[in-house]
Amino acid sequence: MSTTKKFVAAAVGLGLVTLSACTSSDSGDGEGASESKTVTLVSHDSWAASKSVIRDFEKQSGYQVKVLKDGDAGQALNKAILTKDNPQGDVLFGVDNTLLSRAFDNDLFQAYEAKDSDLLPPEYRIDQQKKRITPIDFGDICVNYDKAYFEENDLTPPESFDDLVKPEYKDLLVTENASTSSPGLGFLLGTAAKYGNDGWRDYWTKLKANGVKVVDGWEQAYNEEFSGSAGGKKAKGDRPLVVSYASSPPAEVVFADPKPDTAPTGVAYGTCFRQIEYAGLLSNAKNAKGGQALIDFLISKKFQADMPLNMFVYPMREDAQIPEEFTKYGAPAEDYEVMAPEDIAKNRDQWVKSWTSLVLK
Amino acid sequence: MARLGLMALPVAFFAVFFAYPVAAIVARGLKVDGAWQFGRLGEVLAQPDVRHVLWFTTWQAFASTAFTLLIALPGAYVFARFDFRGKQLLRAVITVPFVLPTVVVGTAFLALVGRGGLLDELWGVRLDTTVWAILLAHVFFNYAVVVRTVGGLWSQLDPRQEEAARVLGASRFAAWRKVTLPALGPAVAAAALMVFLFTFTSFGVVQILGGPTFATLEVEIYRQTSEIFDLSTAAVLTMIQFVAVGAILAVHAWTVHRRETALRLVDASVTARRPRGAGQWTLLAAVLGTAALLLVLPLAVLVQRSLDAPGFAYYKALTSGESDVFLVPPIEAVGNSLQYALAATALALLIGGLAAAALTRRDAGRLVRGFDALLMLPLGVSAVTVGFGFLIALDEPPLNLRSSWILVPLAQALVGVPFVVRTMLPVLRAVDVRLREAAAVLGASPWRVWREVDLPMVRRALLIAAGFAFAVSLGEFGATVFIARADNPTLPVAVARLLGRPGELNYGQSMALSTILMVVCAVALLLLERVRTDRTGEF
Repeated sequence: MSTTKKFVAAAVGLGLVTLSACTSSDSGDGEGASESKTVTLVSHDSWAASKSVIRDFEKQSGYQVKVLKDGDAGQALNKAILTKDNPQGDVLFGVDNTLLSRAFDNDLFQAYEAKDSDLLPPEYRIDQQKKRITPIDFGDICVNYDKAYFEENDLTPPESFDDLVKPEYKDLLVTENASTSSPGLGFLLGTAAKYGNDGWRDYWTKLKANGVKVVDGWEQAYNEEFSGSAGGKKAKGDRPLVVSYASSPPAEVVFADPKPDTAPTGVAYGTCFRQIEYAGLLSNAKNAKGGQALIDFLISKKFQADMPLNMFVYPMREDAQIPEEFTKYGAPAEDYEVMAPEDIAKNRDQWVKSWTSLVLK
Repeated sequence: MARLGLMALPVAFFAVFFAYPVAAIVARGLKVDGAWQFGRLGEVLAQPDVRHVLWFTTWQAFASTAFTLLIALPGAYVFARFDFRGKQLLRAVITVPFVLPTVVVGTAFLALVGRGGLLDELWGVRLDTTVWAILLAHVFFNYAVVVRTVGGLWSQLDPRQEEAARVLGASRFAAWRKVTLPALGPAVAAAALMVFLFTFTSFGVVQILGGPTFATLEVEIYRQTSEIFDLSTAAVLTMIQFVAVGAILAVHAWTVHRRETALRLVDASVTARRPRGAGQWTLLAAVLGTAALLLVLPLAVLVQRSLDAPGFAYYKALTSGESDVFLVPPIEAVGNSLQYALAATALALLIGGLAAAALTRRDAGRLVRGFDALLMLPLGVSAVTVGFGFLIALDEPPLNLRSSWILVPLAQALVGVPFVVRTMLPVLRAVDVRLREAAAVLGASPWRVWREVDLPMVRRALLIAAGFAFAVSLGEFGATVFIARADNPTLPVAVARLLGRPGELNYGQSMALSTILMVVCAVALLLLERVRTDRTGEF
């Protein structure tokens, strides 16, 4: 009995304490003290880097790096926009060309021109007047195929967008929801670039009739539904075609044990859309100086050479050494669809909306 | 005057931590250059996609409610009228699903009917991304609401009234229809409305089991805010849900009011007896079988999946710092969750207790009764909206809480308060007001009256309220997922993130974490069952 009384008293007491604690409005646990020492990178869940490379940067710069992985690329960006007056970090890495306009429209970034940015290929250095972003890496979103399936069935793998609607590839393709997944959106933009504002709806009507399956995210599509990936084989995935990246085959090799001579999957190079990832200094960054140093580091030779095998993207710097196993199994596309950022900005939301009605409902 | 003093804190709490953040996020979506864009309302409603979502939300809520009533009403009868061995334990077991986090329920059904799930292995049947998985999970979730609300009253109805009708020549069915059903009606209506409310605003279950095709309003608000970033559509949807939930709650308040009409109630222990005859035994067996299949099997599968690797590998992996999903070993989420939930429980008890005390007197005016209904709103307003509202509203002085740990318990306390009020109110109202008056006349201060008169009588109810507040805080997902910091995940957030990652190890770990969460909730509930009183509100 008396223990109950004590419990209640303690609970009420605790309540009072917490309430008074919250009305005294502290701005967080001692952030101010470590402000200049810690630099925080906000990124998406796919962020990965070698520990030694990060440690070298910390040693050289004197900053401690904190990484906040905040959902997929779209979610991380949206949350950064909603919290931009009091941001969670100093630098956002991972906003790509498909969503870039959303960051600009909401004044997410402040100007900073990274050291060595003149070494980057000029075609990727956009926003040269305001200098709000720095291109870090690129990748190609392309359809991948399961080599074994096509050999067993004596079928030629598809090569182009046009091939995908042919009857021999009926019920073989799985893709991602364009409104929730960045490869899904990239693939949609690829078809829009290829067939134009008027043609892509017809194309998707045909694709739907040809049995395309749509799932919410890349993880599910690639590692569960696709029959060619290690994860998909285990999960008994039954779709031999998937929307993924040109760099997915090397990942299949690198992570396999023992390593096979050739990749178990191939890339349909006629279905590629180029995706470029940027980093920017957040508008109200608490540690702007540290953020600038961090962006310099993201395009340093060392980090750029470390990227391919960690995030499976191609580094922006042409002089960065790309590991051989990476280029051997997955070269970037030579012919790919592109779309000007202003065209994406103008049409993206409308296209995604009508794609959702057309394909999902 | 004293009552106004009691109300001040709860009112301030709801104004600052509920109304203000929700208004802020709605304004962010609907206000352009200082002018409200109410025209958006019509535009959004005209979109076929939005109408599709509204239609799905409504019909699945109706279907879920109908199925739940169909399956749970026989259960309510059996628990009310039959006496059998293990009844006490079983009553606790069927309540476990209700306090389980939606994420765990989703995971459990995924393990049962999803890819590689039990049904898939046995017969190649997969129900995930079909509406059936959602409906099943909703029945699983709300079975206890019906059994407890309806069965609680049923067990206290005097069976002699029905017997009297039969003596007077009524058939068994006529006696039931004319005597029992009218008495039971309001309780059935109240239970149905609660189930409707919970399924209408369903988030975690639909998010996990629905795939890209099915979305309730709540899920669509999440997608529009977090993924599509169409804040004005999200704001409109939030307002629609707000109106719908307000209407449901108003009807609910009305049925509760009607239920308070005098009924001849008797002690539950005298109305239950051993089943007699083949018919009654069959009914009992059927109800128990259904409960086992529907409620126990998914949880059992969940536990089995979490152990589906040699040497507790999934549990061991939880303690490893090698995880690439979190900055900390996932097991730390357990400690975080417990701390957050305890703080949230304390807050909910404080706020809810004060509110219940203020609402106690039966002569409470209309204003106070309105406040009663208002306290229920956080249960039905999009948690996603609350979470985002916290992010954008509570980030500048004098309330700069953005990077403070208190944000998570505050959001969790919002959903805990309604449970505290619902549990405390009936008990507090039952305290004879003359006792308080007598104490006051004898010179006791108001504080002393509360401590010496009220507290001893409501202690058990307070404990039960604490237990429910603790369980719902522990399971809160919709708001927490936005405000929990990446280096301090809670259990449900950790489960959801592990589920979203590829590979067997992550899947196994999410099952293991879900199992831990389920065990914590179940233990809290079983402890409560031991202190249960007869008059403890409807939950």
